[in-house]
Amino acid sequence: MASERSRKADRIRHVMETEGDSVERNARGFNEGRYESVARLEDYDAYKDRARAIKEDAIERLPELIEQVREAVEENGGTVYVADDAADANRYVRELARERAAETVVKSKSMTTEEIDLNEHLEAEGCDVWETDLGEFVLQVADEAPSHLVAPAIHQSREEIATLFNEYFEPEAELETAEELTAFAREYLGERIEDADIGVTGANFVTADTGTMALVTSEGNARKTVAVPDTHVAVAGVEKIVPTFEDLQPFVELIARSGTGQDITSYVSLFSPPVSTPPVDFDDDEPIADDPADRDFHLVLLDNGRMDMRDDDQLRETLYCIRCSACANSCANFQSVGGHVFGGETYSGGIATGWEAGVHGQESADEFNDLCTGCSRCVNQCPVKIDIPWINTVVRDRRNRGAEDGELDFLVEGLTPDEEPAGLDLQKRFFGNFSTLAKLGSATAPVSNWVADTLPSRALMERVIGVDRRRDLPRFERETFVEWFRNRDEPRPVDADYHAVVYPDLYTNYIRTDRGKATVRTLEALGVAVEVPEVASSGRAPLSQGMIATAGDHARDVVADLGPYLEAGYDVVAIEPSDLAMFRGEYERLLETDRYEALSERSYEVFEYVYGLLENGADPASLRDADDGRGVGSALAYHSHCQQRTLELEAYTTDVLERLGYDVLTSDVECCGMAGSFGYKSEYYELSVDVGDRLREQFEAPDAADRTVVASGTSCLEQLDGLLARRPRHPISLVAPEESE
Amino acid sequence: METQLEMFETNLESVRTAVTRTSPAAFQETLADVVDRPTVGAPLPFEEVTLEGLDIVLEPTPDQLREAACGVTAAALGVADYGSVVLESTPAGAELAGLFPDRHVIVVRERDLVPDMASAFERLGERFRAGSDDAVIATGPSATADMGELVYGVHGPRETHAVIVEA
Ligand code: SF4
Repeated sequence: MASERSRKADRIRHVMETEGDSVERNARGFNEGRYESVARLEDYDAYKDRARAIKEDAIERLPELIEQVREAVEENGGTVYVADDAADANRYVRELARERAAETVVKSKSMTTEEIDLNEHLEAEGCDVWETDLGEFVLQVADEAPSHLVAPAIHQSREEIATLFNEYFEPEAELETAEELTAFAREYLGERIEDADIGVTGANFVTADTGTMALVTSEGNARKTVAVPDTHVAVAGVEKIVPTFEDLQPFVELIARSGTGQDITSYVSLFSPPVSTPPVDFDDDEPIADDPADRDFHLVLLDNGRMDMRDDDQLRETLYCIRCSACANSCANFQSVGGHVFGGETYSGGIATGWEAGVHGQESADEFNDLCTGCSRCVNQCPVKIDIPWINTVVRDRRNRGAEDGELDFLVEGLTPDEEPAGLDLQKRFFGNFSTLAKLGSATAPVSNWVADTLPSRALMERVIGVDRRRDLPRFERETFVEWFRNRDEPRPVDADYHAVVYPDLYTNYIRTDRGKATVRTLEALGVAVEVPEVASSGRAPLSQGMIATAGDHARDVVADLGPYLEAGYDVVAIEPSDLAMFRGEYERLLETDRYEALSERSYEVFEYVYGLLENGADPASLRDADDGRGVGSALAYHSHCQQRTLELEAYTTDVLERLGYDVLTSDVECCGMAGSFGYKSEYYELSVDVGDRLREQFEAPDAADRTVVASGTSCLEQLDGLLARRPRHPISLVAPEESE
Repeated sequence: METQLEMFETNLESVRTAVTRTSPAAFQETLADVVDRPTVGAPLPFEEVTLEGLDIVLEPTPDQLREAACGVTAAALGVADYGSVVLESTPAGAELAGLFPDRHVIVVRERDLVPDMASAFERLGERFRAGSDDAVIATGPSATADMGELVYGVHGPRETHAVIVEA
């Protein structure tokens, strides 16, 4: 275990060093471009809703649409072949190549042909196969796999490509600039296209009513691949089918914006082949148009696990994916390491796990599924609204369930009251059962803090469960938040208009009790009657380890504990954004609808609640404003929390702080990089710090360097605490009235 | 208020496409000014203007296609809010003439402008259902960022120029 962890850490470090800079520059560029481009699109949300609805409908009716495509394509004069799996698809294309005695095959970028390794099969048939997309061409020369869905060679810099080309092709004059490299590739590939016997493309979409394929490209290579040779083979997953031609429109508006931040790419090609352009025979010197347009077209629709995904309630959504790469570009970890660390055999980035589990099987999805921290930043970026972290959690859970029996289970006996299989990885089990540990740690504090901090125990923890010793451990409080509230002797507001339970999440209850107390004082100052009962932990910790059954147990306990309060008209105020996100999001998957709804409708993030109270007439004068912030100063640098931003709650905090006289500068990086247990794990510690570095840079820049740092999430606070010299604070601590002692 | 034509022009420019407005009467003169030699092209499917009589090879051989500096072809539609043009291929090779040469001159009639993608797709849907077999929505020159920086002119044209025929 320990050596496997350090191998993984080594590999991540190596990729960060060699590919990290290029990936970071490109992925962040695409990501920023996306924010700008979708902001320019009127009705962005309406387009997303439509895109989602079209995909839901198409996958629902898929068998019928496949038949419709077949009819439409055959009516146009083409052929449709539905291939069961990779071998079947490859056999079909190979036979075509053999029949045509094809010597040269040119290809336009297609992840689906990567999925089935078509190039290798065509080469085995004796064909010269050339990728005409420049990014794919670079990889073909370098003999590497794509590291990104849309920009496959995103990890290579111009200098590296120049070195590669100069070594491989030995051109007369050394290539150096991007122009020279492009001109060389154009020339080289131009000749291949002129010689080509078969052109192979993928398809971004296929329309059932007209048999039209849409290809979204910038370079023009797809057009040449289709136009020049007289035989065109398109390979597309069955999930690419949409019902009607007009259904293409929302996707045309969304796909480039979501992926690279362009409003539209240079070419959206719509082909219902065989097309009427005359094929070009460059060995001939008669006018091209004299050739009768004798063209041959084959559409290979690939199943390869997709129909099973369609039957799988959890993986089905993966089929809605249009492979735009927004999830990867917006992923903080992807920005640091790219697809070569992130993905499986072919697909990379956020949704890759779903694809790999579906088309290559669980094993291919296994390896780096852990890089999804469940931060949820990708969720709002996906143009078809796929809950990508949930798919990753499901795949993780299935992996756990397939795990072999572990060896060291006796060590955590009693610490793991979970629903998971015996073989589940010890590290996962440790983090997944953090609630038990917190209870124990608090009961035995301060001894437990002291023991945990000693060198031998840190070494042991690192070796056995992989808790990196460079990370400070949380310090348990002897008196929990719940106990403090119970023991407290304060007058309660009478005739209060609002009644609220402050949810004692794990961290607030056992570790950061101060922010719980500050929340209680704040709400009471605004006239709310507050309760802090004993409530089960939300299940976030087991969920993030892929322990879905255990998380479900927690969810049921939470609802049982809070039920009476909800019935009595209480609201639920959560301090920890990731717990609120459970109540509003994942609980829908874990609980029956009515139980989920009761809680989700009545739970609020603390500043969302304060904002609501102020809007409804509560007097902010009872809160502490910027002038009496005990030396905090009025200038703040605020980092919201991933899930808080996904739920679009960030503005409530900044609004309340601004009302109280603070000048708030907000971070714009995707994530702090910590995301719960992730940053504690020794194999991911350095990646976590690398991601956090982007936040550190922003908060050390001149306009933020003197500001007090504020953050809402526990893990963000811990990450910032590790990265910055200044000690970060939770915003509620600035707002809450003084303790009355 | 910006007219649809003005909006189209502004957006063409923002996608690196030069624009010249002309009338049917001045068309041939305008075109002679904006093409590079040697030029290939495909007959325009329009009544008011023609490429006949200009020094443009309308039935190129593969070599002439390869050697051409410029290609002139018609656009079926112009999409105002994107600065896009819809190119259709013809048995005479319009697709090829607009794809191989370094410079692509696109002839688009003002009357074929539509305001947005939604209207473009409505029109295209009708055409495709009636048996049309391809259309390329082209926006600006061909481009790549795969070599580490943005470069124009890869497999397709490096420069695009729209000649808009008014009336
Ligand atoms: S999951 Fe969504 S965001 Fe990710 S590639 Fe697919 S469509 Fe794009």
